[in-house]
Amino acid sequence: MSANLSAILYLVSGVLFILALRGLSSPETSRQGNLFGIIGMLIAVTVTFLSVGNFSLGFIYVLIFLAIGGSIGAFIAYRIPMTAMPELVAGFHSLVGLAAVFVAISAFINPAAFNLGTPGNIKLASLIEMAIGAAVGAITFSGSVIAFLKLQGIMSGAPITFKGQHLVNASLLVLIVIITVYLSSTQSSNLFWILIAVSFLIGFLIIIPIGGADMPVVISMLNSYSGWAAAGIGFTLENTALIITGALVGSSGAILSYIMCKGMNRSFFNVILGGFGATDQKTRDQSKEQRPVKSGNAEDAAFLMKNASSVVIVPGYGMAVAQAQHALREMVDTLKKNDIKVSYAIHPVAGRMPGHMNVLLAEANVPYDEVFELDEINNDFANADVAFVIGANDVTNPVAKTDPQSPIYGMPVLDVEKCKSVLFVKRSLSPGYAGIDNDLFYKENTLMLFADAKKMTEDITKNL
Amino acid sequence: MEIDPFIFRLSIFILSIFVGYYVVWSVTPSLHTPLMSVTNAISSVIIVGAIIAAISGGDGIIFSSSSLFGFLAIILAAVNIFGGFLVTQRMLAMYKKKKKEK
Repeated sequence: MSANLSAILYLVSGVLFILALRGLSSPETSRQGNLFGIIGMLIAVTVTFLSVGNFSLGFIYVLIFLAIGGSIGAFIAYRIPMTAMPELVAGFHSLVGLAAVFVAISAFINPAAFNLGTPGNIKLASLIEMAIGAAVGAITFSGSVIAFLKLQGIMSGAPITFKGQHLVNASLLVLIVIITVYLSSTQSSNLFWILIAVSFLIGFLIIIPIGGADMPVVISMLNSYSGWAAAGIGFTLENTALIITGALVGSSGAILSYIMCKGMNRSFFNVILGGFGATDQKTRDQSKEQRPVKSGNAEDAAFLMKNASSVVIVPGYGMAVAQAQHALREMVDTLKKNDIKVSYAIHPVAGRMPGHMNVLLAEANVPYDEVFELDEINNDFANADVAFVIGANDVTNPVAKTDPQSPIYGMPVLDVEKCKSVLFVKRSLSPGYAGIDNDLFYKENTLMLFADAKKMTEDITKNL
Repeated sequence: MEIDPFIFRLSIFILSIFVGYYVVWSVTPSLHTPLMSVTNAISSVIIVGAIIAAISGGDGIIFSSSSLFGFLAIILAAVNIFGGFLVTQRMLAMYKKKKKEK
């Protein structure tokens, strides 16, 4: 296959990937978009086979390895529960990162295969691109592994900090630049290995100080990194499909991190440098005072909802933990039978990854046109009779609007307190991730329902 | 003077960042999770490099050190491609509109 033809076909697959993302602008077109993505991938792989044109024994091995990886991937895709989606995505990111590292290593050992020169005499530009691809790939890998462990609960979600942390990270980054400079003049393979090792270490160090509820930012950030790693390799291999895809994924992840940070009214650096840890120690002690709360049971909740004409559901990470989405949908079905209008309000950072709640609700057969984003629904709370908060906490805290001293001041929150009455399902009065008390607990019109989210929802349904 | 091909690739890269920027802003927030899984799948187009590394490495030796890394990368990327696209498909199939009321 001529080099020009294959370059054009790689461009076609790049365009198909753009269309795959474009499809996601609405659920109707999204399935078609995914198909475009699959076709794009098929074209890229086929073109690569044809342009290498070596259908010997090695080719059969490639197919075997492809089949092994493919069946593992397919198996995981069909078996994974929707609640575990953040872990899955983190895990997948780590694989992209590691694959980038492996391709870079292979290109370094045998540059002739990619027309980049000979070992020890690689073209300067290619060597630098290779080094960047390998370094970013390694950071993506180890960072994603830590994110995966934290999400899976194998590693504590609490931020791990130590003195001089930022200094260590900064000097390691400088070290990477220095190594790359030396590497490009000496072409020493030892330096290349050290570069990869240091990058692994950085990925590990930048993720450990970030706490569990900041994971939406971390996952989006790693998504972005995996794109930049792919783009770096794309430059090395002079492959248009890889460059386009890398740029798309890189900017996609960056936008998602931005949206998530905005959802918490925090700067990207504030999150990355280990955010909420030290600053709110004081607030946590102050809020120890006892204030009266009204608590109720499933019967009270059912009574309130039965007499309402509209109910807004506010789901959060707790719903995912309790796997309460199906029970919730059953409750809503019962409400709808009684001619009660129900809608769902989703905060941008609800859950552990962007769009987490939407997927869970979709899984429970909630139609997506009943689910609204913060700015679409926030004005409706004032007109609603009951707000049903299930597994959310900080994102409903009115303190963010009233108390400039609060660490979450300025964060956009759902105006749940404007509802005539608020039902708050929670296991205890313990503060949320931000470590601050939620004023909503103590409002006149709030009824606390202390129970497991799933069990409480089921009990309410029985009482309706 | 002839333009270095690198400049062309850089142009494609920069323009793609802008395309990505505008396309991703138009993605509806309710599909942000599928967006992440599909970007995951497409970034595994890195398998292209892995295949070249695996096949064209080492003269006649199938598992030379460089092609071995290629083969390992093929497995990793394949997990991602199949896993990423299929899980996206599975998620997207769940997004349904309200049934029309009779």
